[in-house]
Amino acid sequence: MAKNLTNASARRKRIATDVIVHVFLAVMCFIWLIPLFWVAAHSFRATQGQYIRTFLPTDWTLNNYKLLFTDFTHLNFPRMFMNTFVIACCSCLISTFLVLSVAYCTSRLKFKFRKPYMNMAMIITMFPGFMSMVATYFLLKAMGLTEGAKLPLALIICYSAGSGTGFYIMKGYMDTIPKALDEAAYLDGATKFQTFTKITLPMCKPMIVYQLITSFMGPWVDFIFAKVIVRANPQYYTVSIGLWSMLEKELVYHYFTRFCAGAVLISIPIATLYMITQRFYQEAMSGSVKG
Amino acid sequence: MSNQLAKKAARRVNGKESFSLLSAIRNGGPIAWISCLVMGFGNFASMQFVKGFIFLAIEAVFIWFMFINPKGGMYWVKNLFPLAQKERTPNVINHPILGEVIEGYTETGEYSHITLLYAVTTLALCAVFIFVWRMSVTSGYRAQFLKKAGKRVNSFIDDVKDLFDSKIHNLLMTPPIVGIFVFTLLPLIYMMCMAFTDYDRNHLDNNFAWVGFDNFLNILSFNSTIGKQFWSVLGWTLVWAFFATFLNFFMGTFVAMIINRKTTRLKDFWRGCLSVTIAVPQFVSLLLMRSMLGDDGILNRMMIEAGWVEWIKDALPFIGNVIGPRKYIPFLSDRTFARCTVIIINLWVGIPYTIMQVTGILKNIPADLYEAARIDGANPLQQFMNITLPYMIFVMTPYMITSFTGNINNFGVIYLLSGGNPTVTGNSAGETDLLVTWLYKLSVDMKDYNIGAVIGILTFIVLASVSLITYRSSGSYKDEEGFK
Repeated sequence: MAKNLTNASARRKRIATDVIVHVFLAVMCFIWLIPLFWVAAHSFRATQGQYIRTFLPTDWTLNNYKLLFTDFTHLNFPRMFMNTFVIACCSCLISTFLVLSVAYCTSRLKFKFRKPYMNMAMIITMFPGFMSMVATYFLLKAMGLTEGAKLPLALIICYSAGSGTGFYIMKGYMDTIPKALDEAAYLDGATKFQTFTKITLPMCKPMIVYQLITSFMGPWVDFIFAKVIVRANPQYYTVSIGLWSMLEKELVYHYFTRFCAGAVLISIPIATLYMITQRFYQEAMSGSVKG
Repeated sequence: MSNQLAKKAARRVNGKESFSLLSAIRNGGPIAWISCLVMGFGNFASMQFVKGFIFLAIEAVFIWFMFINPKGGMYWVKNLFPLAQKERTPNVINHPILGEVIEGYTETGEYSHITLLYAVTTLALCAVFIFVWRMSVTSGYRAQFLKKAGKRVNSFIDDVKDLFDSKIHNLLMTPPIVGIFVFTLLPLIYMMCMAFTDYDRNHLDNNFAWVGFDNFLNILSFNSTIGKQFWSVLGWTLVWAFFATFLNFFMGTFVAMIINRKTTRLKDFWRGCLSVTIAVPQFVSLLLMRSMLGDDGILNRMMIEAGWVEWIKDALPFIGNVIGPRKYIPFLSDRTFARCTVIIINLWVGIPYTIMQVTGILKNIPADLYEAARIDGANPLQQFMNITLPYMIFVMTPYMITSFTGNINNFGVIYLLSGGNPTVTGNSAGETDLLVTWLYKLSVDMKDYNIGAVIGILTFIVLASVSLITYRSSGSYKDEEGFK
């Protein structure tokens, strides 16, 4: 009887904590999602201006999305989208190639400047990236890349040239591929280049996808480099500078709802890509060789 | 001893041991000495014509660039001292009616920022050239050595083949190193040079001079205006990094553990909801937060409408004092409020990341530890304090260091959310500015490039020392054996 009682009270206690935990989590999720919900709701708002009196819009419309693709008086959203897309494609290919080369060499080969290189990469990443930004701009200007149609090229260089320092995740992954595979290939007479392309690269597929997507997302979310390099050339704006400039004081009244619409349009593909990277990342983390 | 030497020689013949410059000069004889002056001579002597020709061509181009080209390397290096040399002299002409009139200006000398850029590039090229020069001497000596040993000397085609096999690191590492060298290292060195000049907003004619360590002394002194700002920004940066890192860590761990409880339902749903915020680009979510938290933002409007602002003022006098006569809550426009707000919003940004990191680790804690603790009668709190926390701290130390340094460098959150504001009039640094955002403001908005460069160097010193100290004193460094 006494035991039953303590059991019952323990159960009641457990149910109580369960309820508290679930309520707590619900509140957390509410707090986390409410701003995103708000932006989505206001992208359908018909009234202009930054704020209205109520939390939710009172009149709904699709006009903001339509204007984004038809009204080019200040900002040309489709062009900004295409600019960013081209830059992102090029820079993700280049930087993935660089990262793969460095990761393969540091993980698989023994050579004289291996350690010095790794130390240098670590030291360089400790400098604030913005410090060299102005100098990079001067350098690109001296190369004549900061005018007109060469601006996208300058941005591609900015996003991809230094990516040889960010090889740690890829190297860590390559370290898990058994060396025996390479040795077997050497015995069969393969050169190191063949081993790299025919054995290591196919084994790294999930990590390569992860790397490709992460570096593809870079230009979509960065706006600091873009702002310094592109300056006041609206035809070469990337999406992030475009959205940023919609919140400038002169534009914000007319453009706030359009900003919300643009934000939704950008967030959906980025979020989807992010979910995909997570899947590949988890796949990669579960090991290179299965079974 | 002689055995060792023979082994070494054998390894060299097989290409496993490389030759040092010194051994080449000591043992190579006249051929090596000449190839120190005429690059590629050693290769020519051993019939490696293509390689020899390439070295020779590189030397010729370098000499032409450095000395023969009138606006080449030496010209720019010479222009470094003195750096400021642009001069404008008015052209005075005698006008028949008006008398002496200034008609245009003659400009002599070069702009300092161009000089500095080209000179730094030249010095970098010199370094590269010395590297190639060393390579040419040793490569010539190697060919000579192999010939003497009666071995086959590599033809050019063999060398190219080697690039895809035993020397593949040379092929694969070149593009990344060139990229880093030109677009990361070179600008960094250039910027560091600026720290020793007076290139500020008063020298936007790009005519500036060397000033030695003046900028450093100015910033590090406690008396100058800029010095006072520096120390207060540095203090806030460390406070921010501390709170941002540890609050995120503890609250993230707390939530992750709650989600991981055995009886919690819908685990994936909760995790998914919280990680949606990672997927949305930061500049969207943070710009949105900024406009929601503004003085006339949606949050303030709703709170005023509901009468909460007045209520808070009455109920919580210590907050009311900060709000003062204002009718709204100054989330981002009052120093204390703004600092708290950015830390809290950073929790919104950071907790999902921590949850993702921690969830995997929690699953890896050996279950028998908890089993044993339960048998010994430990309550959940004791279990947490004695098993979970030490384990987490052990595993997470490298992550915490990276996130601490990441927070010192956390440009996005501060710049997008508060822009470093509020700013006291007359100061260039706002009350929520971190070193990096201040650096950005100084060099991009205010064009005080020299001060910006000094701040950058100091930030690096802070970062490097913090990560070195914490890493060295952390358990995972001292005891690599693992958690015990």
